[in-house]
Amino acid sequence: MRLNRIILSFVSALVILFSTSVASFAKVVGDKIILGAAISLTGKYSSNGVHTQNGYNMAVDRINSMGGIKVGGKTYKFDIIYYDDESNPKRAAQLAERLISQDGVEFMLGPYSSGLTKAIAPVTEKYGVPMVEANGASRSLFTKGYKYLFAVLAPANLYLDVAIETAVELNGGKPVRIAQAFEQDAFSQDVRLGILDAAERTGSKIIIDDKLPKELNDMAATLVKVKQMKPDVLVVSGHTKGALTAIRQIAEMKVDVPMLAMTHCDAAKLSKQHGKNSQYALCASQWHKSLTYKDDFFKDGMTYAADFEKEFGYDPPYQSAESSAALLVFKDAFERANSFDQKKVRDALAATNMQTFYGNIKFAPGGQNVDKPMVLFQVMCDASGSCENKVVAPLKWASAKLIHPIPKWSER
Amino acid sequence: MDFLVFQYPMITLQACLDGILLGVLFALIAYGMALQWGVMNIINIAQGDLVILGGYIAYFMYLYGIHPAWGVIVAPVIMYFVGIAIYKLVINKVVDRDLFISILATFGISILFMQLMNFAFGADVVLANSGYGTTMLFDNNVVLPNSKIFSAFISIVFAVCLVIYMKKSKLGRAIRATAQNARAAKILGVDTEKVYAATFGINAALCGVAGALISITFTIHPYMGLPYTIRSFMIVIVAGLGNLPGVAMSGMGLGVFEEFADYILGTEFRIGSVFLLLVLILVYRRFKLSRKREYLK
Repeated sequence: MRLNRIILSFVSALVILFSTSVASFAKVVGDKIILGAAISLTGKYSSNGVHTQNGYNMAVDRINSMGGIKVGGKTYKFDIIYYDDESNPKRAAQLAERLISQDGVEFMLGPYSSGLTKAIAPVTEKYGVPMVEANGASRSLFTKGYKYLFAVLAPANLYLDVAIETAVELNGGKPVRIAQAFEQDAFSQDVRLGILDAAERTGSKIIIDDKLPKELNDMAATLVKVKQMKPDVLVVSGHTKGALTAIRQIAEMKVDVPMLAMTHCDAAKLSKQHGKNSQYALCASQWHKSLTYKDDFFKDGMTYAADFEKEFGYDPPYQSAESSAALLVFKDAFERANSFDQKKVRDALAATNMQTFYGNIKFAPGGQNVDKPMVLFQVMCDASGSCENKVVAPLKWASAKLIHPIPKWSER
Repeated sequence: MDFLVFQYPMITLQACLDGILLGVLFALIAYGMALQWGVMNIINIAQGDLVILGGYIAYFMYLYGIHPAWGVIVAPVIMYFVGIAIYKLVINKVVDRDLFISILATFGISILFMQLMNFAFGADVVLANSGYGTTMLFDNNVVLPNSKIFSAFISIVFAVCLVIYMKKSKLGRAIRATAQNARAAKILGVDTEKVYAATFGINAALCGVAGALISITFTIHPYMGLPYTIRSFMIVIVAGLGNLPGVAMSGMGLGVFEEFADYILGTEFRIGSVFLLLVLILVYRRFKLSRKREYLK
């Protein structure tokens, strides 16, 4: 009985403690602007969730240490409340509600992945909370008429259409035959739509159009078809497992195709896992450290990469870079709005037109960034077998010449 | 396009060979499930997760510079003890309840394993490179990665060894006796508790072998276990319990069926067609899950 009473009082003490500490959070406390973010720290997106969080933290520290944000003649610093969404869309939506209605957050940063951003966007929209997101590229996010959603990255349908255009160009302007295999998820299907558009634009023909299951770890059937039908380009998108499976099986089955274009090679650490077998693969990327965009906080891509490596011990993937850029956008918008009024900040965000180390940022009415093209890099290996990703398109930043067509396996 | 299989006869051959090599691997996992199901009447939902755990063992060996093929020796040894531990900690507390409770328990173990693997190894998709080459047949029209041939070969070796073990060894006989009639076996002096633990251990060891082979042939990821559970469930249902040739045949049959479904219906229907087949077979066989349960503590 006595024990029960002790437990009861302990629990109520905890409840009181929590309720008071929750009440102390609000949008702007003292000199702090508090942003909220639900991030996948556990579950299947946890590695990219951590990349996202590292990107956010890096930018917060940098902006705070370089003078913070000036609004109304006063200097503020950024702070972020994180919750773990467990890679689960339902949980993400609940956490967004909690951040807004319980913690009083008035400005949000995005989660990792299109799926989770889709779950959160209706909530932030309902409460009129501006959200700058850096990891949801699905086209469907930008066609819903959301007014408070801003994405610093290029939409998914632009990921690989550069590859098709390049293939057509290298084919002397004549249409090409395309084989494609895409996982059945929102992101990859958007990439597919982009390829369909590009094919129509260039008069190219799609001769294989496979949809890969979510549990994808075998695409031998697709590759056998590729072997028989000999397309000019093979396009694969299925997150990390798609990229890894494709390279493994293309090498094992000795599939010869003049051009191989993929997504998620960065995250898959393709050349590390597969070495020379990954050579010549073309990869779409939102960012590469060798691009020459500049800003005052991180200087340029190379400096960013070096600083990031120093702090977190690994080369930054583009997921981290774009996450850092999201905070630069928020800082810029707060200063131009010169206010913490959500509507004014929203309008300032909509009028953003700036350059960051990550790229130019300018939002279309749908919220997507229209001022930053995707880059394509190619995996290139030297004789000793060490491989590197080199930018090959767009030409402005190309650090190497595209190798085309890919040499046959029998000649390697 | 959809009927490529019929236009190019070589594709038909390729699909059959791919399917058979894949099916042998499935059959190995399914055999473990059938054993456990037959002896203890437990349907192990965590089967696929044990497979993935075995795969991680081979992957870590690969990371530390040991050829992952050694994983087929190391993984089953480690997994045997993992299996025994699971039995002692969870299964023997629920095994005498009804089937539903044991399914729930293994479902719980499955979720726990997924999360633990995700926590310990990260959410990245990984694979182990065996460096085995490729076998080309018929003027390079049929391609068989040697890693697939290797995994089929190893699966057969393990299956054969297990059959001999079950026939000849004392424990093997005790397991079979317990499967036939636990009460009678106990009266005649068989330590059924020990038999149950060993059965669970052997099943986990088989999963370990299969996992090591999968890390060499395909990819592994903490959340990739379920399709393996479903496939082995399906194979066991088709073959029936305690029917090893049946498990091997239905394993290969499923492999070939999957490959053809992939070519004819499209890759997106591959797993779906397995489910559809499962439903059809369940209806056809009017399989009774409420078979009389027998368990002795």
